[in-house]
Amino acid sequence: MTSLLEKTKSTMPISSYLHLHPKVRLRALLALPMTWLVGVYIISLFLLLITAFWFIDPFTSRVRPGFTLENFVSIFTVPAYLSTSIRTLLIALGVTALCIVLAIPLGIYMAKIARPWVRNLLAVLITLPLWAGYLVKLLAMRLTFTENGFINWLLDPIGISGPGFGIPVVVLTLTYLWFPYMALPVFTAIRQIPNNLFDASADLGQKAWPTIFRVVLPLITPAIIAGSVFTFSLSLGDYLAARFVGGSTQMIGSIIAANINLNPPVAAAFSMVPIAFVVMYLLVARRTGSLERM
Amino acid sequence: MLRFSKLSKAGMIAIIALILAFMYIPLFILMLNSFNEAQVSSWPIQSYSLKWWETASELEAIRNALLNSVIVALGAMVVASILGTLTAFALSRFDFFGKTTVNLLVVLPIALPGVVTGVAFSNTYSNFLTPAGFQIGYFGMIVAHATFCIVMVFNNVFARLKRMNPNLQEASMDLGQGVWGTFRLVTFPQFRAAFGAGALLAFALSFDEVVVTIFTAPPGVDTVPLWILKEMARPTQASVVNVVATVIIILSLIPVYVSQRLSRAADDGK
Repeated sequence: MTSLLEKTKSTMPISSYLHLHPKVRLRALLALPMTWLVGVYIISLFLLLITAFWFIDPFTSRVRPGFTLENFVSIFTVPAYLSTSIRTLLIALGVTALCIVLAIPLGIYMAKIARPWVRNLLAVLITLPLWAGYLVKLLAMRLTFTENGFINWLLDPIGISGPGFGIPVVVLTLTYLWFPYMALPVFTAIRQIPNNLFDASADLGQKAWPTIFRVVLPLITPAIIAGSVFTFSLSLGDYLAARFVGGSTQMIGSIIAANINLNPPVAAAFSMVPIAFVVMYLLVARRTGSLERM
Repeated sequence: MLRFSKLSKAGMIAIIALILAFMYIPLFILMLNSFNEAQVSSWPIQSYSLKWWETASELEAIRNALLNSVIVALGAMVVASILGTLTAFALSRFDFFGKTTVNLLVVLPIALPGVVTGVAFSNTYSNFLTPAGFQIGYFGMIVAHATFCIVMVFNNVFARLKRMNPNLQEASMDLGQGVWGTFRLVTFPQFRAAFGAGALLAFALSFDEVVVTIFTAPPGVDTVPLWILKEMARPTQASVVNVVATVIIILSLIPVYVSQRLSRAADDGK
């Protein structure tokens, strides 16, 4: 045995060394990825935070290193900035709510009512548009809701016109973009509920709808929260939907994008707003213990 | 079983029909509009023609954009595949202090809004690297894309490694294979399918990415999404965009098919 180990040691020094030193193995594995993620990404985020304290030189209109809280103060004192933050938060929450309301009946039908082939077909149909491309879907929604578009043509015979480009269409478009992220976890969670729970509920005299509220909903809450992390944070950071189907609607991202070349420190300070919202949301979600499911 | 009244069931079917209509009608309108003869897209379409398909096939700008997209996506895919696999091995084989932090670091670039990631990179490039005399140019885009693509490879490979039998590697080592031989002959064949699916997802994610690209692309360089974005901003020529978008919708069916096949293979343990 010793002789074999001696032999391998002499012929494969690196392999035997790594085999005997798991800590070295771990460091070797993590060295490259951590250098990249910390050295490139975390440092960039950190530099962004630093830039948020810098200012624009009024004479050269160039970024000057220094220390000012002016950029952060402007988030709360400039009325347009403040209202944009609140508007964006409400849009993201609205999108999340709409996704939940649509995902639950879909999930119940798919998991507990539909025949197997219908269930599989629906699963494919729900996931397919996820791949179609972000801008493609944005363009499609724009064509659908535009002045001479499909919705107005559809509603014209009953004498009403659809919502022009504005906040409602932004909410619809973002729902359209992120719905599968909510629908799939909710469906999976409902599928995992054993049928005898429904039997028990029925035996105890509950009808179908009370059963949904008292049995199904509490059981799928973790899945809803996991899905909502996606629908919420993706909507929060989006600004192209607002730009193309929002009319004059502005979101946080619009302000960041508008300032990145004109006034990078303001853009940097404003980038901290979605980060703060997302981190707060994740902290709340973590307290419910549903992040382990993701 | 859950027993619903006929009315409730009909209500649910109506909601599902509405969801599906909501998901698919816009895509069909878009595809039909690529055959719209008019300059400006509208509904109903007055007359159909292949005019815009011909225009699109001759546009130099689209070909350049496609080339850029493929180069960037390939570069991001290669980097993400290496880094994602290394991290997956570390997290699936070892328990160590800071494991959740490493996990968070991998997920963070995709969890934070694209505009934040984009602005962070753009800020580093233009306010720190350029003043220091370092022009990152084209590579900046690949670096940024690779960063948020790591998670795709990581997720797929990690899930597979977790279910793999570590004894096989021990056996290979006992039989005299070194680290590299074991990896090549025993370990890699076991997670090949998951690795392929992850790399494909990374490619698709990079190919589709807009927001980070807006902030990191060097001036004058367009990827396909950037080209679409520019055309969308001036709607008088919008019909060419419809053609490109239709091609993307059709092409998007390929990764769906391939990843289905690959993940099925991964489930079979190949």
